[in-house]
Amino acid sequence: MKGRIWGSRGSIASPGKDTRRYGGNTSCIELRPPGCDVVILDAGTGIRELGVRLVEEGAERMFLLLTHLHVDHLEGIAMFEPIWRPQTEIHIWGPASPLASLEERIAMYFSPPLFPVHLSEVPAHIEYHDASESEWQIDGARFSSTAIIHPGPTVGYRIESGGRVVAYLTDHEPALGADLETDSPEWISGFGLAHRADLLIHDCQYTPEEYHGRFGWGHSTTEQVAHFARKAEVDRLMLFHHDPMHTDDQLEAMREDVVERWGVDGDRCTLAAEGLELSV
Amino acid sequence: MARAPEQRNLTLILARSFASQLATAVFLLDVEGTVIYYNEAAERLIGEPFVEGAGLRMDEWMARRRPLDEEGNEVPVESLPLGMTMLKREPAYGVGRFRRGDGEYQRFANVTFPLFAHTEDFVGVMAMAWHLDEDRR
Repeated sequence: MKGRIWGSRGSIASPGKDTRRYGGNTSCIELRPPGCDVVILDAGTGIRELGVRLVEEGAERMFLLLTHLHVDHLEGIAMFEPIWRPQTEIHIWGPASPLASLEERIAMYFSPPLFPVHLSEVPAHIEYHDASESEWQIDGARFSSTAIIHPGPTVGYRIESGGRVVAYLTDHEPALGADLETDSPEWISGFGLAHRADLLIHDCQYTPEEYHGRFGWGHSTTEQVAHFARKAEVDRLMLFHHDPMHTDDQLEAMREDVVERWGVDGDRCTLAAEGLELSV
Repeated sequence: MARAPEQRNLTLILARSFASQLATAVFLLDVEGTVIYYNEAAERLIGEPFVEGAGLRMDEWMARRRPLDEEGNEVPVESLPLGMTMLKREPAYGVGRFRRGDGEYQRFANVTFPLFAHTEDFVGVMAMAWHLDEDRR
């Protein structure tokens, strides 16, 4: 499976001299399972540039997997060029809520007064799929999603293709529901998605010191990510959803902290960086 | 490719986490009616550690409790709040007597309610119980 990081920042886009190495765009990842049309993970601001690329290559069918609808995971969708083309077919997966469908929830953002055009006016053909607890298959790639711990309906994804597994659990605070060191796996949020993944892309927004004031906000620390990766027996870990207040230098120190706590060779843990090519 | 192991629904994970912080006795059963968790307050209330109740089906577990109504008549599982909630997926409330792990009967009030995940999937039952003094009848 190939892919590319188009945005890895959490919470708010953060361009500037201190975020150049890892980027300021919010969450968006491109995945290319063999034989499958393009899969896009989240629609943060990074999706704008991806959209330009997809139009250039003439892509007309694509799959957008939304983890949840917080703004930093949705804000790029209106500037995603393929949705303004009638020949485009987009399938969007994401969590519904008890009160509104996925389409209705997206339309809350994609409508006045937050945006001048209503979602219903978009010319592309869009189909919506509830990803709250699902398994499905497209062109030989297998997808599964389950709800994970984060405020509001939120899911993580597991994508399996050609014998390789990518797990995507951004915006995830598994330590809120279990002791990651001592509890059995069945009680750990997201474990089933991440188990023995070749690549786990996981939230790592805070240092343990920062976490004390942000308990329950839905994000993980370096310490928690290290415990989770060890428990889930993943091969490689990519730290994602970088805090907008963290500089590149701080992110690199956080990666070193994860590697030390996880107790593995450093090349098994990387920082998600805009423009980084993935090969799984 | 190895399949991912089974994992509890997030609603149950959070319910267990919530229950583990409560001083009130809380029991969790999964959608099959299997006892999957009870907290320390529940262990104290029924006089039985979780390791002895874990994995039992509701009818097996209630057979140990030998529930009686206020008049001392045996109550079938399906007529207990827990059984009613499991069958009808509706909340229920009741007062009765249950046998503790040490063999003593005590009077309890209990309330049970179904747990639905946010897609309205029934994922299990939460029961809360309180010891009642005999002189409060």
